[in-house]
Amino acid sequence: MLEALNLECVRGERRLFAGVGFRLEGGEMLYLQGRNGSGKTSMLRMLCGLTQPASGEIRWRDRPIGKLGDDFRAELCYLGHLNAIKEELTPLENLLASARLAEDALDEDAALDALEMVGLRGREDLACRYLSQGQKRRVALARLVHERRALWVLDEPYVALDTAAVELVAGLIGAHLQRGGLAVLTTHQTVEVRAGAVRELRLG
Amino acid sequence: MFALIRAVVGRDLRLAMRRQADIVSALFFFIIVVSLFPLGIGPEPDLLRKLAPGVLWVAALLATMLSLPRLFADDHRDGTLEQLALAPQPLGLVVLGKVLAHWLVSGLPLALLAPVLGIQFDLDADALWVLTGALLIGTPALSGIGAIGAALTLGVRGGGVLLSLLVLPLYIPVLIFGAGAVDATVTGMGAQAHLSLLGALALGGLFFAPWATAAALRIALE
Amino acid sequence: MNNRLINWFKYASPQSFYPLAGKMIPWFWALAAVFGVAGLYIGFLVAPTDAQQGEGYRIIFLHVPASWMSMFIYLVMAGWAALGLAYNTRLSGMMAQALAPTGALFAFLSLWTGALWGKPMWGAWWVWDARLTSELILLFLYIGFIALQSAIDDPRRADKAGAILALVGVVNIPIIYFSVKWWNTLHQGASVSLTKAPSMAQTMLWGMLLCALACWMYSIAVALMRARSIMLERERHTEWVRALLGGKSANQE
Repeated sequence: MLEALNLECVRGERRLFAGVGFRLEGGEMLYLQGRNGSGKTSMLRMLCGLTQPASGEIRWRDRPIGKLGDDFRAELCYLGHLNAIKEELTPLENLLASARLAEDALDEDAALDALEMVGLRGREDLACRYLSQGQKRRVALARLVHERRALWVLDEPYVALDTAAVELVAGLIGAHLQRGGLAVLTTHQTVEVRAGAVRELRLG
Repeated sequence: MFALIRAVVGRDLRLAMRRQADIVSALFFFIIVVSLFPLGIGPEPDLLRKLAPGVLWVAALLATMLSLPRLFADDHRDGTLEQLALAPQPLGLVVLGKVLAHWLVSGLPLALLAPVLGIQFDLDADALWVLTGALLIGTPALSGIGAIGAALTLGVRGGGVLLSLLVLPLYIPVLIFGAGAVDATVTGMGAQAHLSLLGALALGGLFFAPWATAAALRIALE
Repeated sequence: MNNRLINWFKYASPQSFYPLAGKMIPWFWALAAVFGVAGLYIGFLVAPTDAQQGEGYRIIFLHVPASWMSMFIYLVMAGWAALGLAYNTRLSGMMAQALAPTGALFAFLSLWTGALWGKPMWGAWWVWDARLTSELILLFLYIGFIALQSAIDDPRRADKAGAILALVGVVNIPIIYFSVKWWNTLHQGASVSLTKAPSMAQTMLWGMLLCALACWMYSIAVALMRARSIMLERERHTEWVRALLGGKSANQE
């Protein structure tokens, strides 16, 4: 379903990687590995269509993602290393606002339910600036609880999380893969994700 | 489509309400700049009446510039802009929503405040009405054109000053027709033509600027 | 047809454009000198003295071509910008960046010569005449373009951002010009216009055209030179630049 052909990434005057390719089917997960600065985040941004590869092509359901445009983005869920939450808003407001902007149907009960799952029940009415780093990351990850889009692209999802939360996120990813979804993620931690075929790709 | 624009406007307004200091300081900047002019040029009512349209409009342009750098910068810093760019709708619509929200918290209060300041310059009731109307029609164009500059200078060093350099020359037609409308009322010529042209500029700006802005944002995100 | 298209794209790569531009530059300099000398000769020695304006009018032989060039170069810049956005060619951004300073120079020259002409004619260095005001705004637009390009470090982003700005500018220039004219007529500004010299003598027209051609050739030569140095700077890590500069850098090291 997701296919990368001969990707090349140039940042400034440095070539980070070239000739990278892979193919990922439903139910499969890809771990991107590599040392710092090897272009993992650049690769994820390319897969989302945020950055253009210097050469090569990315295909989704056998069509170039540039041609698919909005149709591709409707099946994509991207979680960057930035949390994309607003410090002034409460976790609940953040969750509802980001769902509305992504045109996902998410009602308040479902959002509260998601916050409960990531362990933020009782904090839903507190502005996010009063939360700790780990809690902010949980707000961002709460999006995944009800996320049913086919392709998840996650940049360091386990960063700043405690063991329990890591387990939880791994569980969410596992459930996603079982539903036939795809996931591409970078991480420095080895976390067991049950179910689904796990593939690895090393950059640099 | 409208649901998306409404969602963006709603979110940005809610954020602005939690940061009211920004709105209020831009308004006070407007008040102070306008009040400085009589101190600089003297209190003769005739002279002030003649200068009022230009002074009020130039101050409105400068006050709009104050809030522009933050139009996309906050969303850029916390990663929300990436999410907006990945939403399955044209980014131009998102930008249109943000422009409307910017107008509601910057252009609209300026227009409502302007007649009070116009009294300082001894403008009569007709001129005050036209001043408010012209600002109401013209400020959406300022927000629209300004968004292009804000997107082009996103994350660029010296962005704020650079933004003024890029955007202020493009504001000239709005300034000419906006101040001209008030001037025409003061001299008794009727402001109809000016206001129509201003309206055309605003519609054109709101229609075309979001697409140029969206293209600039995608470049900034790369 | 197809063949020709491929050929064009071949020259759109800096590597093949660099030597081509190098060969063309001396020719454009020579043409600029020939046209310039001929134009100035006609302008200063052949063209008759103007009945109303005396000898002072002779500044139009520089002023008018400079104004034309300043506007024309902005259009060319926007054209390169559009090409760059559409086809993502590296050369387009370099050409736009190379043209901008020349355009700004001509806009400045046009303002300066306009002021020199205005002093004896209007009795003031600066008059808020519609054309002069538009020219001043054009200079602002050039400065904005140059400032934006130099503020962005990544050349690819600088090119694209500059391209969008140039296109926005080119859409706005007619609107700005129209609004300034409207403003000018309402405020009863100066009505004498520099270029509206009544029934221009044939020789004056020739002199002006020759000077305009000289400015063209000069602009092309300078833009090509600047484009060449931009190419070297941006592509200094590529094979072809290393091969080209091989001898020199070996000496330095």
